[in-house]
Amino acid sequence: MNILVKRYYFFAFSLILIISGLTLLAINGVPLSLDFTGGTLFEVQFEDGKTPDTATILSIYEDSNIDDAQITSTEIGSVIIRSSFLTNEVRDEVLKDLKTASDSEVTVIRFDSVGPSIGRQVTQRAAIAVAVASLLVVLFIIWSFRKVENAFRYGVCAILAMLHDIAIIFSITGIGAYFFNWQVDSLFLTALLTVIGFSMQDTIVVFDRIRENSNILRRLEYEKLVNHSIVQTLQRSINTQLMTVEFLLLALALFGGVTLQEFAIVLLVGLLSGTYSSIFVAAPILVVWEKREWQTWFGRSANI
Amino acid sequence: MIRNLTNRIILIVVVVALSLWIDLSREILIPNPFSNTNEALFSRNVEPRLGLDLQGGLQVLLEADIPANQTIDSEAMEVARQIVQQRTDALGVNENVITVAGDRRIVGEFPGLADTESVLATIQQTGLLEFVDTGDDLPEAGTILLTDYSPTGETITAGEGEKIYHTIFTGAEIDSISVSPNQFGGGYSINFALKSNGAQIFGQHTAANIGKILAITLDKQVISAPVINDAIIGGQGTITGDFTLEEANAFAIQLRYGSLPVPLKIVETRIIGPTLGADSLNKSLIAGGIGMIIVALFMIIYYRMPGIVAVLSILIYAAIAFAVFKWFHFTLTLPGIAGFMLSTGTALDSNILIFERMKEELRNGKTLNQAMDQGWTRAWSSIRDSNLAAIITSIILFWFGSSFGATIVKGFSLTLALGVIISLFTAIYVTRTILAIFIRSFKPQNYERWFGL
Repeated sequence: MNILVKRYYFFAFSLILIISGLTLLAINGVPLSLDFTGGTLFEVQFEDGKTPDTATILSIYEDSNIDDAQITSTEIGSVIIRSSFLTNEVRDEVLKDLKTASDSEVTVIRFDSVGPSIGRQVTQRAAIAVAVASLLVVLFIIWSFRKVENAFRYGVCAILAMLHDIAIIFSITGIGAYFFNWQVDSLFLTALLTVIGFSMQDTIVVFDRIRENSNILRRLEYEKLVNHSIVQTLQRSINTQLMTVEFLLLALALFGGVTLQEFAIVLLVGLLSGTYSSIFVAAPILVVWEKREWQTWFGRSANI
Repeated sequence: MIRNLTNRIILIVVVVALSLWIDLSREILIPNPFSNTNEALFSRNVEPRLGLDLQGGLQVLLEADIPANQTIDSEAMEVARQIVQQRTDALGVNENVITVAGDRRIVGEFPGLADTESVLATIQQTGLLEFVDTGDDLPEAGTILLTDYSPTGETITAGEGEKIYHTIFTGAEIDSISVSPNQFGGGYSINFALKSNGAQIFGQHTAANIGKILAITLDKQVISAPVINDAIIGGQGTITGDFTLEEANAFAIQLRYGSLPVPLKIVETRIIGPTLGADSLNKSLIAGGIGMIIVALFMIIYYRMPGIVAVLSILIYAAIAFAVFKWFHFTLTLPGIAGFMLSTGTALDSNILIFERMKEELRNGKTLNQAMDQGWTRAWSSIRDSNLAAIITSIILFWFGSSFGATIVKGFSLTLALGVIISLFTAIYVTRTILAIFIRSFKPQNYERWFGL
């Protein structure tokens, strides 16, 4: 099986997927949840049939000087009100008014309120966390592959594969945001960070085989060596990824409830991408690098 | 070949037995055999702890209400944390966890809490008690007074038409506090005794200002404004207000545990109703169960005998991991469960790596024992490196989560890291031992049938 021959098709496939999703994201903007922007989500349940209409709720909010409230009804009959940051005093006031207006007991199902300054800092720290984690992993790979020629390349390729997976995740989020009103929240952040970890894990398994083979099969041409290593680890990659991790996540997506659905789908796609990129992105780039193929990219013929 | 198979079996049996004991009990108790009383030699509560996303509750993130460029003493934050802890403990809530997050934030978590209002109100008050000289002005209870005292030391400037009053001394001078019923009428009063320095100031001030008003304010809000009738020497005083018993007690708590060294403001509140929590717990448990069954079926059908071994090994892994969580009182949250499921995936991955390697060696014509040895030795480097990378990422995530009070990220990375470490043990040690036992007992000849070659 020769996988590497078609390497530019794989690159093209990834690029199309990434560009289309990111374009959607760029046009519609990143749908940040209140975890990042600051704001309040207030979910309440009224007694049967006593749910007040949207206008009533809006005017209650306006009485407390909040004029950007948005109201959505849920499948279970509760009402979700999103607005700018509510202090606890205003919340108590609103809750009291809701009770009076609807003449019903009001049960608080969820109340998430995030101050605006926190959101910005979370985003910054998350970016730092990703950067630090990748740096450490690159250093770890370089150290771990120190006996192989060009250990540095393995670290860089692992990072490229990781960046690919991050791009895929944002791309799928762009698509999800466009069609299903997904939002980027702190669970999304957790999913992103996990995919980064596992993307490394997959890439390392493939690279480990290259490392082992390069000691045994010294005579073999580099491209054949890498291809051989990919084929050898293919069964493991398919079994681990498709059959086990994806089963677990699929179950989580189907039965895990609304809270976890988006999280599970993002993870599912991300981990799939992690396996894909270790085989079809990281390893092929190693070969491209080894052969310095960019010299022939722009019409110039190879001098080799 | 494995040497010392018996020793290995004993170790595994002991570990599994201990884990199951912890998994199935609410408390680990070893009675003292030499004592006639019921005194226990050892006891530890291992009740499972559910996070607020699974049982409902309240989470608040408090931030020091001080300009961002000003650094805050970490000791002051710790004192503030303790005060918040004591105040909320005194309200009688259970399982409340207060932690310092980063250098200017405190996270308070109250799983299972229904009455969120009183907790929020109690936390937020800085509890700054002031004795203010208002001269001839008689402020009504509840009015906000502008005083010249500020915990951060900044100068207070008055707006138009506002008046700044002088603070004689603050709650820091209070030595002890008690609550007693009013002598006349209903209601309760709060009695206080001052430290010697405060008693002196109090004595001098009251002697010099007979007939004037002395307002007592909590967080700048007037609680009572008595007229000074006599010089009060000796530092004993009473705040007479029309308090109910609850109010008087809550007030006394504020005073007893002192004012916060750093003013705190609530920057994030999350309340999850109990129904939403229970619903999430059920659904994720069902999802986990279904996922595990499919995975187990796949492993057994595809890998045959090693597959059965792997499933056994995963069950042991789950038992150990759950025991560790219970023993160290880790709170189980939704992302925690997700992290656990993913580390289960890693545990499976290690098994799959080894089995694939074994099959390869068998295809190359090695004997079964050789293939087993080679499978483990050769798969080890990739298992080690990939798991180490996962652990590195978990540590970074944990750091990110704890410095931010982002408890979901924290829970996730903790279970992930622990799961990965435990899975290393089960994949390398447990799977191999059980497989060796199976091979010795069944002596498989037909590799196709036994190993799905």
